[in-house]
Amino acid sequence: MTAQTATKKKRRISWGAIFVNIALVLIVLAWSIPTFGLLVSSFRSRFDIQTSGWWTIFPHQEWVTVAEIQPGPELDRDGVMTFEGVSGTFLELRDGIQSGNTQVVWIGNKRIGKVVVQQKEWTRGNHDFTLENYQTVLGGKTFQIQQPDGSTLTVQGDNFVNAFLNSLIVSIPATLIPILIAAFAAYGFAWMKFPGRRVLFIIVVALLVVPLQIALVPILKLYVGLDLNGTFLGIWLAHTGFGLPLATYLLFNYISTLPREILESAFIDGASHFTIFIRLVLPLSVPALASFAIFQFLWVWNDYLIALIFIGSKPDVQVLTQRIAEMVGSRGNDWQVLTAGAFISMLVPLIVFFSLQRFFVRGLMAGSVKG
Amino acid sequence: MASVSYQNVYKRWGDVVAVNDLTLEVADKEFMVFVGPSGCGKSTSLRLLAGLEEISDGQILIGDRVVNDVPPKDRDIAMVFQSYALYPHMSVFDNMAFGLKLRKMPKDEINRRVKEAADILGISQFLDRKPKALSGGQRQRVAVGRAIVRDPAVFLFDEPLSNLDAKLRVQTRAEITKLWQRLGTTFIYVTHDQVEAMTMATRIAVMKDGILQQVDTPQHLYDHPNNVFVAGFIGSPSMNFFDATLVEADGKVWVDGGTFRLEMPAVHNEIAQKHKGKEIIFGVRPEDIQTRIYAPPGIQPAYMDATIDVTELMGNEIFAYLLTGKKTFVARLDPRTQAHVGENLDLVVAMDKIHMFDPKTEARLV
Repeated sequence: MTAQTATKKKRRISWGAIFVNIALVLIVLAWSIPTFGLLVSSFRSRFDIQTSGWWTIFPHQEWVTVAEIQPGPELDRDGVMTFEGVSGTFLELRDGIQSGNTQVVWIGNKRIGKVVVQQKEWTRGNHDFTLENYQTVLGGKTFQIQQPDGSTLTVQGDNFVNAFLNSLIVSIPATLIPILIAAFAAYGFAWMKFPGRRVLFIIVVALLVVPLQIALVPILKLYVGLDLNGTFLGIWLAHTGFGLPLATYLLFNYISTLPREILESAFIDGASHFTIFIRLVLPLSVPALASFAIFQFLWVWNDYLIALIFIGSKPDVQVLTQRIAEMVGSRGNDWQVLTAGAFISMLVPLIVFFSLQRFFVRGLMAGSVKG
Repeated sequence: MASVSYQNVYKRWGDVVAVNDLTLEVADKEFMVFVGPSGCGKSTSLRLLAGLEEISDGQILIGDRVVNDVPPKDRDIAMVFQSYALYPHMSVFDNMAFGLKLRKMPKDEINRRVKEAADILGISQFLDRKPKALSGGQRQRVAVGRAIVRDPAVFLFDEPLSNLDAKLRVQTRAEITKLWQRLGTTFIYVTHDQVEAMTMATRIAVMKDGILQQVDTPQHLYDHPNNVFVAGFIGSPSMNFFDATLVEADGKVWVDGGTFRLEMPAVHNEIAQKHKGKEIIFGVRPEDIQTRIYAPPGIQPAYMDATIDVTELMGNEIFAYLLTGKKTFVARLDPRTQAHVGENLDLVVAMDKIHMFDPKTEARLV
């Protein structure tokens, strides 16, 4: 009896694990395949992108022409025609008629076109990669691009280097400033006694539910008055304000679980609140700080809305997301350039995530588990 | 000069009175232990002295100075916490030096003091380690070391041994006593363990529900508890209590417990005369009950008998749980006693050591 229930239980657990694993695999595939495609496309030439998909870099089967037939003028092109034992009308032939491993296709127009016989064969994939896309995207100058047909094309670069630097200039302070303020605030809310502490904290937490879009227009008006529009200071302050409620709340949850006795011990040792904050609370809160830093950095880096509103169209301060959006408008067909631009914009978040992921996972649980 | 004085100190949290009218003098160089069950206000009293809680009413003096409004760091105290409260990201050396650095002490003086404290505590080889690489006992030493280097006027200990295992606790207990003798400073020590209190203290303050019950030397506290609570709290196994009446018969006064009747000895004559005819709570410690054969000489004997319910052999003695009527009580019998469950035992009660309390106030009858 007990053995039976034990096996039952075991089986249920393994089913659950299988389900979870399948779901995880699907999620991973759903995200990583397009990302990989993006990466591959960004290294392919304009011609390759226009004629074939990125997956053709893998070994795959392809129709290869084995014979060409030039139909004579005497052939009745309006009736049923027969080539290589395959018969069909012109429309059917133009779409290609398959039989077994071969295919007969009419190529060209009805009057002077030709018929080709193709066979499916394995190819090792198309590996003609190029760095030209990145050169085009990153550079600010014009480029001469050699076309496959021998002609040259003059292309204006997108000056992503500048936008990349702007993104860094926006993201780093817009991450550090709210963290610093929020850490101070969280310490105050958690460990200092002052009148109205509870009410103030509730207000800060309540701000979490206010959508930032509501604040955009009033702040924009304010910025116009203060002449902060289109400045780095303006967007730092905007991101700081929008990030602070969550930052304060997250850090409060962590800092308030630090053992009380450690702080009391420091008090008796002669430390002031400021010393305790700098020497004890900050070093002990590194997991929470890092986790929020990742959140905020990725949010600011990927932000388009706030940048669009507060930076606007000034090219010398525009960030990456804006430049990519512009590029979609101006060169929407040049996928090879768009994918290169997109990948440049993903590079920093990827580095940040992979180098700090242990904090990321730990920080999500900040405060929930002691120890 | 580092005496400590609580004068009518109160601590209230809303309607809850954690410390109720505490008045207590701790002399210089004394080892005072606050003891009581959890929630009795002993830790709060210590935290009031440390300045970690604000006093609701009354005043606390360290030396001659009223410290009510003095911040913790200026009270010239050091505190050892139950959880050790070490700074986890600092090495042992930095943990001990932290307070000194904050006081801007010169570097070589800090080094000297930390080395000295580490030598006293035997943790010199761990100075570079982080607290998480230490065992519980070693962490505890670091916490004590952090207090020592400060060279404070008063040491405060808040249940510092509670997180140690039983064997280490006994060992550390002796070490703290030695430390106190060596440093010659005032120690105030909070514990819920009456054994720690008895073994270490020069004086013990017993607290219950925020009220100080009795302050006395360990032996006097044991021999002359002020009330039923103190009598029951101090001593293990704890004192036996019986509802009894003092009756007069044959020209003598007897303690009548319903199923037994014990003759009052001459030493308690005064109480007997004053309270005869009244109900009392009659208390007797387990070691003051013996069988006739092994009864120690020189006591004032009185005789009763009881049935053995359970026995616990300790090696050097037997804890016998005995029944008289429906009342269970404990006796610490000589290990040679032939005690079998269900048997009747002839017992001798040392009547000169008995305790009598008022059933209403639970105070000691004098």
